[in-house]
Amino acid sequence: MITYLEAIRLAQQKALATDARVFLYGQDIGSFGGAFKATKNLAAEFPGRVLDAPLSEDAIIGMAIGAAIEGARPIVEMQFADFSTCGLNQIVNHAATLFYRTNVPCPIVVRLPSGGTSGGGPFHSQSLEAIYAHWPGLVVVTPATVEDAYSMLLEAVNIDDPVIFCEHKFLYYHLKAEKLPDTALPIGKARIARAGRDATIVTHGAMLHESLAAALELTEDGYEIEVVDLRSVKPLDTDTILASVARTGRLLCVSEEWPWGGVTAEVLARVSSEGFGLLDAAPMRVNAKDTPVPYHPDLWAAHRPTASTIAAAARRLLQI
Amino acid sequence: MSKKIAPVTQSDFIKAYRLMLTSRVLEEKLAGLYRAGMIKGGVFLGRGQEALSVSVGIQLRRGDIFAPLIRDQCGRLAFGDSVLDTLRTYLGSQLGSMRGRDGNIHRGRPRDGYYAMISHLGAMIPAVTGALLARRLKGEQGVVGATCIGEGGTSTGAFHEGLNAAAVEKLPLIVVVANNQYAYSTPNSRQYACTDLIDKAIGYGVGSHKADGTSLLDCLQTLRNAIHTAREGGGPQLVVADLLRLVGHGEHDDFAYLDPKLKKSAIGSDCVLSAEKHIIENGWHTAEELAAWRRETEEEINATADRVRREPSPDPSEDDWAALSRPEYREQYAAS
Repeated sequence: MITYLEAIRLAQQKALATDARVFLYGQDIGSFGGAFKATKNLAAEFPGRVLDAPLSEDAIIGMAIGAAIEGARPIVEMQFADFSTCGLNQIVNHAATLFYRTNVPCPIVVRLPSGGTSGGGPFHSQSLEAIYAHWPGLVVVTPATVEDAYSMLLEAVNIDDPVIFCEHKFLYYHLKAEKLPDTALPIGKARIARAGRDATIVTHGAMLHESLAAALELTEDGYEIEVVDLRSVKPLDTDTILASVARTGRLLCVSEEWPWGGVTAEVLARVSSEGFGLLDAAPMRVNAKDTPVPYHPDLWAAHRPTASTIAAAARRLLQI
Repeated sequence: MSKKIAPVTQSDFIKAYRLMLTSRVLEEKLAGLYRAGMIKGGVFLGRGQEALSVSVGIQLRRGDIFAPLIRDQCGRLAFGDSVLDTLRTYLGSQLGSMRGRDGNIHRGRPRDGYYAMISHLGAMIPAVTGALLARRLKGEQGVVGATCIGEGGTSTGAFHEGLNAAAVEKLPLIVVVANNQYAYSTPNSRQYACTDLIDKAIGYGVGSHKADGTSLLDCLQTLRNAIHTAREGGGPQLVVADLLRLVGHGEHDDFAYLDPKLKKSAIGSDCVLSAEKHIIENGWHTAEELAAWRRETEEEINATADRVRREPSPDPSEDDWAALSRPEYREQYAAS
């Protein structure tokens, strides 16, 4: 069985093997194989192309930009998504503006090990897809399955624009697949992860699995919930969302991000303005609580949306 | 070091001086256009920094990488930028390299190794470092990358991270610091506490070169040494030149904070005038010949400016408003 983490490693291995322009750069990713082992054995297999970086997120991203201008296809690892804020300037002011300003694209992939795990605490748990989606000039993807972790990373390397690859740490080890796909939906297309008729849950990342569990729980009450996995938050597949809401008439948007100005807010805004007539009830959303991500497992479990809080919200939505 | 470093010749000096003169006259024109209200946004001049700047740009080769900064008009011209594109970018012409999407000193042609700075200081150091890493991965040898910054920029995290990373990878990077005494209005006493900025070199494990920023001869020779050392495999080189910014931060700034003692000190002398004096004293050209060069340069620049002013501005209805290269990724919920 192939884990989500192994899929990311295998995608990087394939990219290195098939594209001489690809190299990897990041902290501890060389012979150590990365903090999560997402680059295990790659330094030995591809000598000189899997390079340890100093503790310098600004330099890591900035170097990727320069390398991309020179025709390389760098994949850089931020050890945790949280630390990407130390490289924020290079991402949002340099990589994201390059094509618009100079007509020269910036094909970099920035891997962000994202989201919460038990005990991660305030600085090793963040979900930052919304802040990167805010800036023009970035593609922001959030694979939620082993298959997408693999295929979307390979696709990201071939995109000429900067891609923020939000891989979810909670899914690294326990999410498994029998084999990797040869074909996949393109980045920018959402996926109906579960068909339904009574309400639509739009979600991404690790929250897909909590939402699917909530949908299963609601079958006991006779409800069939449709679950849309966004896959990429920018571009956002509004058409698939609206088509689903047209079928169900009800929308619940679920995200592990903080609530203010995030993906749920964007989805609700779009559905409210474009699909108001499709709605039988006011759209709802569930986000993480508006505090730093807490350390203690009990606090953390209560901080993020879970199958039970999602199911509870869905019940309220269904009773409106 | 395998090859001997050639001394700067009369021909080198004259060629560099002609670029300094063009840069100086061009900047005087830009200031005039600004005062006449024809340039929107700011005008940022390199007056007093031409000797240092030209010494970088003129001694790089085709295939090298150059990421100039705010006061490098002269180095830009030396590296292959044109008076025409400078004026187009300042005046926002649709025909300029930035097509009106960015302006003034934020211009470049990255595909030609001429990088377009962002305003966030220090950011270009990692970018050039990464470019050199990519060149190395491609198997290219003998290429160097140079980037310029001021003493204010040495206080940024990006300066530290970029120079350190380049040192770790032993890449052929030249970081040129114009210590021009003020970062906007902030004097050196509020910028750093070391005795001399060149002392930072040993901390990073990079080569160090100190130049007199008012002397074209010294700048040319110092940069020649630094570039040669990097090209021959000596790793990153830090160059620090002491000089004085002879104008405000931008043309909007009256420079009232200038300490008059600095103006009267050795670093307060004008490198263009010093170069002219050197040429005349050596008998290479007469004052009359230099005056004629200036008149010719003024005429050319005035004609170019007149031409650019007649060029089309960008048309908002024609712009594709695309921040991403893939059309299918474009945001559909923006203003239209």
